[in-house]
Amino acid sequence: MRRIGIDVGGTNTDAVLIEEGKVVRAMKAPTSEDVTTGILAALKSLGATGLLAGKKIDGVMIGTTHFINAVVQRRNLTKVAALRLGMPAAASLPPFCDWPEDLAALVCGGVWMVEGGHEYDGRPFMPLDEAAVTRAAQEMKAKGLKSIGISSIFSPLDPSHERRAAELVTAVIPDAIITCSADLGRIGLLERENAALLNAALADLSRDTIAAFEDSIRESGIAAPLFITQNDGTVAEASQARRLPVYSFASGATNSMRGAAYLSGLQDAMVIDVGGTTTDVGQLKNGFPREANSVVKVGGVRTLFRMPDLLSIGLGGGSHVQLDPLKVGPLSVGYKLLKDGIAFGGTQLTTTDIAVATGLLTLGDKSKVTHLDAATCQKVFDESARLAEEAIDRMKTEAGDIKLIAVGGGAFLIPDKMAGVSQVIHVEHGDCANAVGAAIAQVSGECDQIFKDLTRVEAISAAQGIANDRAVAAGAARATLSTIESEDMPLAYLPGNSVRVRVRVVGDVAGS
Amino acid sequence: VSLREITPDDVESLAVGAWVLGTGGGGNPYLSLLNMRLLHKEGKRVQLMDASDLDDDAYVAVIAGMGAPLVGIERLTDHRVFARAARLMETHTKRKFDAVMGMEIGGGNGVRPLLVAANLDIPVVDSDTMGRAYPEAQMTSVAVGDLKPYPMTVVDVRGLESVIETVPSWKWAERVGRKIVVEYGSTASTCQPPRTGAEVKKWGIHGTTTKAIAIGHAVREAQRTHADPVAAILAVEPGKLLYRGKVVDVERRVTEGYLRGIARFDGIDDWRGVPMEINFQNEWIVAWLDGEAVAMSPDLICVLDSVSGEAVGSETIRYGQRVTVIALPPPDVFLTPKGMEHVGPRAFGYDLDYRSVFSA
Repeated sequence: MRRIGIDVGGTNTDAVLIEEGKVVRAMKAPTSEDVTTGILAALKSLGATGLLAGKKIDGVMIGTTHFINAVVQRRNLTKVAALRLGMPAAASLPPFCDWPEDLAALVCGGVWMVEGGHEYDGRPFMPLDEAAVTRAAQEMKAKGLKSIGISSIFSPLDPSHERRAAELVTAVIPDAIITCSADLGRIGLLERENAALLNAALADLSRDTIAAFEDSIRESGIAAPLFITQNDGTVAEASQARRLPVYSFASGATNSMRGAAYLSGLQDAMVIDVGGTTTDVGQLKNGFPREANSVVKVGGVRTLFRMPDLLSIGLGGGSHVQLDPLKVGPLSVGYKLLKDGIAFGGTQLTTTDIAVATGLLTLGDKSKVTHLDAATCQKVFDESARLAEEAIDRMKTEAGDIKLIAVGGGAFLIPDKMAGVSQVIHVEHGDCANAVGAAIAQVSGECDQIFKDLTRVEAISAAQGIANDRAVAAGAARATLSTIESEDMPLAYLPGNSVRVRVRVVGDVAGS
Repeated sequence: VSLREITPDDVESLAVGAWVLGTGGGGNPYLSLLNMRLLHKEGKRVQLMDASDLDDDAYVAVIAGMGAPLVGIERLTDHRVFARAARLMETHTKRKFDAVMGMEIGGGNGVRPLLVAANLDIPVVDSDTMGRAYPEAQMTSVAVGDLKPYPMTVVDVRGLESVIETVPSWKWAERVGRKIVVEYGSTASTCQPPRTGAEVKKWGIHGTTTKAIAIGHAVREAQRTHADPVAAILAVEPGKLLYRGKVVDVERRVTEGYLRGIARFDGIDDWRGVPMEINFQNEWIVAWLDGEAVAMSPDLICVLDSVSGEAVGSETIRYGQRVTVIALPPPDVFLTPKGMEHVGPRAFGYDLDYRSVFSA
């Protein structure tokens, strides 16, 4: 197995080559404003080592915070038409009703609510008003809207109205890009609809970004398929990831934590990932990030994704440092670190400058930071450590000291002794943990179907078997499979004890 | 009569506190909260009054959404449908309401009286008839008090409207009402049998809106200051910590308009290696610690998100969630033999003698 893992962060683009489970080479390049130049630079420098010559690469796995950043920073979002099938229910709470106003103003291209949807037992709530859907599509077309989010009452049980509406819309707008809420899963109309609308808002960015990733790989001369890493630590093929960009929202953080587990060999520990701009703190349980409970807000929008439970603070290698009064972060020079930092001839004092002054890092021009005395530098380090300790304490679920794995390009800010920590572990290649996590991303298998005439336990077990087989067929090692999602819903309206079961399993890539 | 405005911030707290008092059921108040935010934006204001300020012959609407919460989070909540249930009752009984109260403070029903109040421009009484949430119509203080169990209106968003004119008992009110609700798709807005001011004063469970606001306020303050929200609840309410754990399985079925099932947990911290199971019928009814029934109705069993302190409902609880289980004391009216008949463990089909978490 030979994979290249790439993590495109806000500050750095990291790349690693992993062969038979070992990190062979790690590279770091500043993230470029257009994102892809950084990837290309990283891939080219890997290629320049000659390590790739004549070798088959099984995949390039890219983790990116691009999509979630677009939502959080309100950039590059597409206007979306929201089509809800469920009238006359829920009329007082239309699509976008609980979005932050600024984001709704950017994304909402119009709301259409028509009759349709199902009851909990599968009967239609109202027949789908097909004529109204077609009229809505014509109005969307007149407004120039092409990205459409469709939601329907109880569509996770019966997606037929959403599917039919998608056909009707496509008949009017042939190049429509449609997200059906049933593809994003769960019961809870508003949250599922919100996820569909966010996904639709990322349609253009997703298409362009993934095309650019593919171009970068091609241009670098590497012949390998592109995979995009997902929130749950697995990978999706580029074509699927393009369709459902919301599933890669939190993949950067998941990758860091999975990489930290891999590099340290620890399955249970706290992980602190100090990047250029932000520091993420999360807890590893059995080698996976602990999950956030229930509703997760993305850019202020309530959704129901499975996301790692993380605390982010504004601390990193590019954090602005103010000496009097002492303040570290939350502002950062970001990807301009190697231009704007004082050690690099710029004017903004950063935490990296402090580390250069003390000799902790050998970067830039040390003579430019000789004015920083040891006592001052120590104060900055102490303040950074205090911010980190506070974040670690907030993420603890149990009292007592825990092991801490420090990774990321800014891990030099994490001292060897900290309050509430039994041991601080720095690992080789820890500055590229996120790219390592991308490279070792797992393979998943899913089963979502209706079982009849089985007990609930039998049905779940049957679904698990199918999901396991699918994961193995996709390249997972059977011994490593574990269930990460298991949900079942009885379908009272169908004869013979019918139950719909959704099971998702993941496993490590089998050695070849 | 002293009226106090329920501010937008109070409503935010009420939604959090009512969800805690929902003991797993009653539906997440979030959807009612969204409706209330909308009404506030339109300039509507709602006043809260004490039951003791009601005239004896005042005419009080008792509002409740009925059905399976699972359906509620798909069909959502529309304030106008609840107002229609109250207006239908006014038309049917040819009398205008002076005030409105909730059948249950727990869950979405803790906020719904406000939706009606905003539409009918009448005050909300700071009382309810459960002090929590319960799945059935006879599980109320007014049923324990044998007050008249009819008439009742049941309406749905599609324009379906029913009036239950006469039933001989609260159990019949539940049976007939439930059938209608199930046919509507297991969710409906109801105006329960109206009460006089004198009846509310005698049989209402008082101060519960204020209590829910206080619990919600404590949780929100703890979230804001990064304090422990569960501890914050236990600081304002005389409750008891029962368990900390992680959800390992949820078994659900929708039957007769209820969501029934079992949630299973693995313990963490002091409960490592000790499993818990909680049976639910919309609400958490009996909690079993390592096979022993440790908490049961009418004690309030509250399953809370360990991090946020917010309640976790039986319709949304899922695999992997980390939760803290606490118990809160029940209203006195349910601790009598008559009360126990209505809401004790046997009322839910469990052959258990009620033993309070708080008597130990």
